[in-house]
Amino acid sequence: MAATAERERLEDTVLQPIRRPSRAHDAILVLLGLVALWGLFAWSVQLRRGLIVTGMRDVVIWGLYITNFVFFIGISHAGTLISAILRVTQAGWRTSVTRMAEVITAVALMVGAIQIVFDLGRPDRLLNVFIYGRFQSPLIWDVFAVTTYLTGSMIYLYLPLIPDLALLRDRLAGIAPRWQQAMYRILAAGWTGTESQQRFLHRAINIMMILIIPIAVSVHTVVSWVFAMTLRPGWNSTAFGPYFVVGAIFSGTAAIITAMVIFRRLFHLEEWVTVKQFRYLGYLMLGLTLIYAYFTLGEYLTVWYKLPGEEKHLLELLFIGDRAPLFWFFVLGGLVAPALLVALPWTRTISGIVAASILVNIAMWLKRFIIVVPTLQVPLMPFDFGRYSPTWVEWSVTVGSFGWFLFLYALFARFFPLISIWEVVEEQEKRAPVLVPALASRGAEGDGGRGSPVAAGVLRVSGGEE
Amino acid sequence: MVKQRTDSDDQGPSDTRASRRRFIQWLAAAGAVIAPLPWVSFAEKERPAGSSPTTPSPQDGAQTTPRRQWVMVIDLRKCDGCLSIDTPPQCTEACIREHFVPEGQQWLQIYEQQTPGGGSFFQPTPCYQCENAPCVNVCPVGATYHNEDGIVLIDHLRCIGCRFCMAACPYQRRFFNWGDPNLPPEAAFASYSPEYPVPAKRGTVIKCMFCVHRLRLGRLPACSEGCPMRAIYMGDLNEDVATNGLEVVQLSTFLAENNAYRYKEELGTQPRVYYIPGHGQEFGRKAQDERDLLPVTWDYGLPHSAGHQP
Repeated sequence: MAATAERERLEDTVLQPIRRPSRAHDAILVLLGLVALWGLFAWSVQLRRGLIVTGMRDVVIWGLYITNFVFFIGISHAGTLISAILRVTQAGWRTSVTRMAEVITAVALMVGAIQIVFDLGRPDRLLNVFIYGRFQSPLIWDVFAVTTYLTGSMIYLYLPLIPDLALLRDRLAGIAPRWQQAMYRILAAGWTGTESQQRFLHRAINIMMILIIPIAVSVHTVVSWVFAMTLRPGWNSTAFGPYFVVGAIFSGTAAIITAMVIFRRLFHLEEWVTVKQFRYLGYLMLGLTLIYAYFTLGEYLTVWYKLPGEEKHLLELLFIGDRAPLFWFFVLGGLVAPALLVALPWTRTISGIVAASILVNIAMWLKRFIIVVPTLQVPLMPFDFGRYSPTWVEWSVTVGSFGWFLFLYALFARFFPLISIWEVVEEQEKRAPVLVPALASRGAEGDGGRGSPVAAGVLRVSGGEE
Repeated sequence: MVKQRTDSDDQGPSDTRASRRRFIQWLAAAGAVIAPLPWVSFAEKERPAGSSPTTPSPQDGAQTTPRRQWVMVIDLRKCDGCLSIDTPPQCTEACIREHFVPEGQQWLQIYEQQTPGGGSFFQPTPCYQCENAPCVNVCPVGATYHNEDGIVLIDHLRCIGCRFCMAACPYQRRFFNWGDPNLPPEAAFASYSPEYPVPAKRGTVIKCMFCVHRLRLGRLPACSEGCPMRAIYMGDLNEDVATNGLEVVQLSTFLAENNAYRYKEELGTQPRVYYIPGHGQEFGRKAQDERDLLPVTWDYGLPHSAGHQP
């Protein structure tokens, strides 16, 4: 019966922000919404006057928008890693953080994809991509990969949400505003937790978790190929695909750790998002740090040893030139420091791991910047290095994009549970089957409408229980 | 043997049903994946009618003219950067006047290259009209393409302004109209075509296009005509002939005898511009000459040839 109490506590805590949303939550939404709108305002200035309002010019032709594009598509790999890879490996501890990771994926993809539109000189002709699209262009590969990934991750977010939506439908009946109840009713798709529904759901989730992994890998691979298909120094590399994929999962792990600590505090999820989750994700991040460091070493050492032509100028720019502060911050703050914070036992605490994750987030954004910009600064003809300093419009659109990201995330958290309740319960059952004797017998249907397996029971609790 | 076969025969129907069902499921899945593909063509799109030969040809026999393989040969022995006549590079300024090139862009730009043993030479760089053009390869919408004579053009009505072609160009020969170009009023009278991209359109990529509109009329490109030293030859690989307006040479012999090279040939882009090595010596420039080029002006100005716009 301890399990039942725990389950009820879980439900109460996780549903609390939805059932009785705090003023603070709405205030944060408004604040983030304003930041997001500011970004849109800056974009409207750019639409009116053209890309001349940015710091980009004929030599450095891409800047913050492409950096943001790579960054957001990168952190979208959080969901895939936590949810799909850990699900495949049946890592039980993942259950309380899968939802948070999947939301990052969906939201980051939306915000990432729109960056390309911000970057276009003629956004009014966006549809030409579909009318005249040429499959030979890596940019079209991106369009395919990102839209497929977005669709897939939406489905993958939705499927495990269904039982929780049914729970919301039942628990919030008569409490929430009518439109909200209708939304839950429609989205729950008639879920009652019958055995066949469960079977279908599990099968669907299993299919999606396998499908989503190659899709995610393909997405960041083709993102890297936009660069690697050119003859530019620093981009012209066969290792770019795996380098970007590892970087994406790396930054995704950091993003999920950061999200975990925020919502753990705000929504009082300490009981379920424990030091265990932080530590295990920290280990994953440490592993990825080392792999990413290895790739970074490989990329730069092979070039530095030979110093061919234009590559020499790139390394000069990165190691000792204008961009050296960013580059060395990335190396020390994004690779060395996080690795030490997680590796050393006395800093392997929640705050230590969170500090490492925040460092990685910042460093990986900078890393994307120093992938995109310095290469373009290198002169391909006999002239001086190109210059680029972003303007207020670009910074505003960038800050606005982060605003949108957080706004959409917070909006999701306002209406949907951030912990996959039924999966946590299912996991608890697995761990302690003796505590749930009903599990064995399927016949205990009369048990107050509570189905036999506790998981199913949670899924079909009726509003009457309140 | 027989028994085995009977066994399998017995299981046959149910097996078939199961595998057919699986096959149909598989087919549906594959269909869902392939369905969006018709949106995208695997070949370069056909040009909209009238967009390639938009410039009317003066002769009726234009259709029967054999196809050209235009190449440019720049004799660096003759290029002194216009220092001996004390003007900014005349090729660049002629180009600017011809196409109302927006301020800041030099479709044909002269760079000063260092020679290994000290000293320098001037290298006029138009768009190289590569046969294996990286810009054409990466364009997502087919807005940049080869015309039938091998020249790389841009359809400014289709370009979405992603600038991927600029990232791909290893010669940095493409320019972007970041804002509304500041052009003289006459530019507005030009009728736009990819062969004569005037007036420049905001948010699109633009570059040298070998003055196709002039070549069509049998005239030399503006830069070639504008070069006081006659350093720029225009030639046709098919007919193996080139001219700078003063002399006509056999292209293959001219290139071979003068050790012509192509810039960054090792990249495999197959540029259509050949250089004959030199440092302006035919007009007395020494490689060690330290004088710099005079700055180019965007003065669409007065010595404007009246009939240049066909």
